[in-house]
Amino acid sequence: MTSIFDSLQESLAFLNLDLFMLLSLISLLGGTVIFLVMAVNALVAVYFERKVSAFMQDRLGPMEVGILGFKGGKKFWGGIGQTLADAIKLLTKEDILPKSSDKFLMILAPFIIFSGAFLTFIGLPFAQNIVISDFNIGLFYIVAMSSVGVIGIILAGWSSNNKWSLYGAMRAAAQIISYEIPIGLSLLLVVIVSGSLHLGDIVQWQETNRWFIFHSPFAFLAFFIYFISTVAETNRTPFDIPEAESELVAGWMTEYSGFRWALFFLSEYANMLIVCIVASIVFLGGWLSPLHLINIFPESWYILDGPALGFFWVSLKAVILIFVMMWFRWTFPRLRVDQLMYVCWKVFIPFALANLFFVSLWELIF
Amino acid sequence: MEANLVDKSVIETGEMVLNMGPQHPSTHGVLRLKIHTDGEIVSQIEPVIGYLHRCFEKHCEKLSYEQIVPFTDRCDYLASMHMDHAYSIAVEKLLDIELPDRVEYIRVIIAELQRIASHLVAVGTFGLDVGAITPFTWTIRDRERVLDLFETLCGARLLYNYIWPGGVSHDLPPKFIERTLDFLDYFDPQIDELNNLLTTNKIFIERTADVGILPPEVGINFGVSGPSLRGSGVNFDLRKNEPYSIYSKFDFDVPVGKGEMGTIGDTWDRYYVRVLEMRESAKIIRQACAELPGGDVHAALPKKIRPNAGEVYGRYESARGDVGFYIMSNGKNIPMRVKMRSPAFCNLSVLSEISEGWMISDVIAILGSLDIVLGEIDR
Amino acid sequence: MTFDEIVALLDTKASGKTSVIEGKTVISVSPENWSEISAILKNESKLNFDYLMCISAYDKGDNKVYGAAYNFYSTVNNHYLEVRVEIEDGISIPSVVELWKAADWHEREAYDMMGLKFEGHPDLKRILLSDDWEGYPLRKNYKEPDYYHGLPVPKDKSYWD
Repeated sequence: MTSIFDSLQESLAFLNLDLFMLLSLISLLGGTVIFLVMAVNALVAVYFERKVSAFMQDRLGPMEVGILGFKGGKKFWGGIGQTLADAIKLLTKEDILPKSSDKFLMILAPFIIFSGAFLTFIGLPFAQNIVISDFNIGLFYIVAMSSVGVIGIILAGWSSNNKWSLYGAMRAAAQIISYEIPIGLSLLLVVIVSGSLHLGDIVQWQETNRWFIFHSPFAFLAFFIYFISTVAETNRTPFDIPEAESELVAGWMTEYSGFRWALFFLSEYANMLIVCIVASIVFLGGWLSPLHLINIFPESWYILDGPALGFFWVSLKAVILIFVMMWFRWTFPRLRVDQLMYVCWKVFIPFALANLFFVSLWELIF
Repeated sequence: MEANLVDKSVIETGEMVLNMGPQHPSTHGVLRLKIHTDGEIVSQIEPVIGYLHRCFEKHCEKLSYEQIVPFTDRCDYLASMHMDHAYSIAVEKLLDIELPDRVEYIRVIIAELQRIASHLVAVGTFGLDVGAITPFTWTIRDRERVLDLFETLCGARLLYNYIWPGGVSHDLPPKFIERTLDFLDYFDPQIDELNNLLTTNKIFIERTADVGILPPEVGINFGVSGPSLRGSGVNFDLRKNEPYSIYSKFDFDVPVGKGEMGTIGDTWDRYYVRVLEMRESAKIIRQACAELPGGDVHAALPKKIRPNAGEVYGRYESARGDVGFYIMSNGKNIPMRVKMRSPAFCNLSVLSEISEGWMISDVIAILGSLDIVLGEIDR
Repeated sequence: MTFDEIVALLDTKASGKTSVIEGKTVISVSPENWSEISAILKNESKLNFDYLMCISAYDKGDNKVYGAAYNFYSTVNNHYLEVRVEIEDGISIPSVVELWKAADWHEREAYDMMGLKFEGHPDLKRILLSDDWEGYPLRKNYKEPDYYHGLPVPKDKSYWD
């Protein structure tokens, strides 16, 4: 597996820059790519979510705003310029910092949350060779980096000097830190079986054996524990108690507006993408096509397997998972904070621990 | 080892006063709650009301009886027809008017349609309070059809000024009955769909069952009425117990809370009673539509309302409970005193009693289940 | 029970402390007897008025006599009663909050709007108007202030035109 970082280093060698300059240039290029991915992801995902929710709620959603006069479909898929217009509106909004807030921390917080999501993308492969930098501890790095955001959330809630924000921050801290544990335990299962923290190796293992979700009943269960926990980790309904718009107004982002709020939004949707891509790589075979699940297809179909289509398969799996997350959001009511903790500590963690034990036995026996 | 690991001299803990409202998504208007909290646990609630006070009772002392009707509309703006009806019944009692049958039937049909519309908002916003957004858009979609019916009836969608003392402002428009029956045919399956999506949802039950239990004797002592009291298992509905208008002619049940998912009188029961009441209202409308007699709806409209000196207390079962109009007349065409007993006012007063010791999220759910309308509380 | 039976029963329990208002089905009680009568209304098993529907404060318009009309209902026995307590300005009425919690907010409203004072009410303060409001707006002799917190109060439409 070669990373974008390595290939850029090779292809830019003709510039004859010294090493420091070369690395800076590559980092800049890589960073721009990640930022573009995050921005486009937010634009598309917000539009997607609006249309999905509109469909579920028996209404149309945004229909009016177009790009250069093109509004999209007339019946349902209209208003494709809406999120772009929203983004422009957010960037041009008046910048408000409450008088009694801790201004330094309040400005700092969105950037910490944003960097958390941003840094995660470095180790996240979108396909076999599409990864900014290839770590041999990629999985560990992603899990570690995705918990950085919670520091920003606490800072945001505290520095706003608003009781609603404080409640939101406290809830978010308790929730995100708790749900790290079942996520970590479920991923550990994969590491035990495949024997590697390297995401490429994990997919390699799935190629030679089978998709991890079908490895054993325990792995099957682990996938659901992982997926539900990540819904909680990304603060989405039914686990959106830190934002809980009907209780806490907007939770820890109550006092934010404009660009800073846009950063929160960007990272929230980036986190969604991250956890869904991780799920599809670790449990659902990553860039492997689903053709191998049942071997009934004619030989010619296996061209879909090719490395060129890896990106397509990863995104397809991730988009399906993202759709399921949205489906959750527009179907379920919200849990209460103690019920949320109950689900984590008394259901998921014992099950994940038992899973870990049984999967080790499974590995010993089979 | 010492049991108390926290050194209280270093870490101070104390109550925090959380100011919920007057601008807050879940206070259903401009209600303000001063919530004393210990962490997430609520220890005391002080409701502060009056942000929507529009001097209804003071206005009534300056206006003739007919002119008050539009003001009653604006009290409970989600069930304006009920307010009109309640006021008209009180004035008719004062004047001792006999109404034509057609007027009574029209009033019952309209009042029950209004009850469906009002309960749809109550049920939908309750879902919103516990975090379910889709049921709200569904119920609003259905309510829209009732409002369309009202629009054909009197041109207005929210504040109708339709039911007048002595009659109604217009006769039914052509095809109104057919359209009403069409709506009911459409509406019955929608309730099942709502039950599938929200009522029987596991998370919804976890959030609402056994939460905010209102014991019947406490409810009666606080003057709670309507679906909120019936949720506690008290079979008390003025349409059955003290039938006004022509409700005694119709066959319908009074749904009461049974504690199916938890304890009797919990938030889920109060919610579910409203869902069941919508079905009963539909039943009444079907019966009334089938029996609707002919006649002139303006036959009993008084030329001038000038009651004799005296007073009257009229009770009415509105969507929120027991509306009372206490009207004192001194023989002029302007009332001496109009006092409105607002059901949501009394229902809200029980909030601090039943929500202490619960969490902030539960307070929101309990408040939603009481179904308050601030226009009516503040008048 | 009918109104006459209720009156007869009240006469045996507390004779001479209640009277019937001429030509109406309303009982009148003087403020000094009100706490005793209210306890009988609530606790006497034949009466059992457990539901206090409404307290309506009223002003007779003579700048002197104010009153409170209590509408009771019994959910057990299904009967009604209206009781009136009339006072001269400045005298307080015994509160019935202990017996009916519903009276809490109704008495506060009567105080807020009509300036009736209720003795023994746990927290008698304004409920609908702001705490710094002056006067009692539903009294017949109430004059709208010309200024509220320094802002002129518009009295007719010419202010906007």
